[in-house]
Amino acid sequence: MTAHSLHSMFGWLVWRDLILAWRRRADVLATVFFFVIVVSLFPLGIGPEREILRAIAPGVVWVAALLASMLSLGRIFGNDYQDGTLEQLLLTPQSTYLIVLGKILAQWLVSEVPLVIIAPLLGLQFGLAQNSLAIMVVSLLLGTPVLSLIGSIGAALTLGLRAANVLVALLVLPLYIPVLIFGTGAVQAGIGGTSPEPYLLLLGATLIVTLVFAPWATSAALKISVE
Amino acid sequence: MLEAVNLGCTRGDRRLFKGLNFSIQPGELIELRGANGSGKTSLLRILSGLSAPAEGEVRWQGKDIRSLAEEYSGAVSYLAHQNGVKDELSAIENLRIACGVSGNVLSKADAQTALEQVGLSRQQHLPARSLSAGQKRRVALARLLKSSATLWLLDEVLTSLDDTAIKLSRQFIGDHLRKGGLAIIATHQELDLVAQRIQRIELSP
Repeated sequence: MTAHSLHSMFGWLVWRDLILAWRRRADVLATVFFFVIVVSLFPLGIGPEREILRAIAPGVVWVAALLASMLSLGRIFGNDYQDGTLEQLLLTPQSTYLIVLGKILAQWLVSEVPLVIIAPLLGLQFGLAQNSLAIMVVSLLLGTPVLSLIGSIGAALTLGLRAANVLVALLVLPLYIPVLIFGTGAVQAGIGGTSPEPYLLLLGATLIVTLVFAPWATSAALKISVE
Repeated sequence: MLEAVNLGCTRGDRRLFKGLNFSIQPGELIELRGANGSGKTSLLRILSGLSAPAEGEVRWQGKDIRSLAEEYSGAVSYLAHQNGVKDELSAIENLRIACGVSGNVLSKADAQTALEQVGLSRQQHLPARSLSAGQKRRVALARLLKSSATLWLLDEVLTSLDDTAIKLSRQFIGDHLRKGGLAIIATHQELDLVAQRIQRIELSP
């Protein structure tokens, strides 16, 4: 197996998932709308006090991002499991680690990147200044891949179970807590005028650790679920 | 080439089979028979490496397939009950993507030829959602045809195929065996295939 053909197999896999997401774009749009609506409900419910809104903005955006990303977890492996393509993927001469990594990458591109793009617009509703918005985007860019990576473990473990959606939430949400704390911490630091750097570094470190270990755990879980 | 040593399989508390030994060489065919629920699919999944046997091991060229992992996957093509065909993709996209993902890139022309061989040239751009069960099976057959695998594991390969397609699949399997391939086929129907050696394994609970 040459490096070139590995590279091309990985490319085909990601391409496949992107096409499939495009053909089912209603699912993806639903996630984005969910994020937009949840975040927009808070200013409506709380009223126009600028100080309060600004104080809750980081938490609201981040919690909404966690919930929205949870909605898309079932799709990472669910459809492929049902029509038998997951088995076929596991039987390709590609390591399961890379297959999982490819699927997570596609899920992140399709379901999380739109959230990152739209978050600054939503932040405007909370009266956030430009530099706080920029920090929010950076923190989301570092944090959302962690959500996909950790979420994939839950998705693989609950594959084919009846109450999969509820179980995924119970399994995965507690593991999202560090990301939530570092992510909101960074934005709050930006609003308060201190340096967000320590938080962003912690997010980056979390990303590297999960990038190494999560696909491995997900592969192990997938093999059990498919068996 | 492929060797099953003392294989045993349990599903829950129930023992499906145990102490199963056989071996198969290039150009040979194994027909798996047995009533519904006798463990044909379980055996094929163990042979494909998707499930682990409860006891015993499967050896490919003398080595345990568990230790070969991806190296073994490259040598095997498994056609399961489910076709592994994506409803959202057209027949030709299904074929090209399935091949690309397994590392043998298929040009558009090659894919078209393969679909023509299985009699789907008119339907190649239809989304698989609008294909019939038999036509989806044909897409899976085209994938098998284009795989570079030496060992074919086929689970009820003739299900939902019409007479022409059954004849075609017999011809494909025959060609594969003549070229030195191996095939293990679970079936209820008569296969009428010619091979260097045909073994029949009857699974009984």
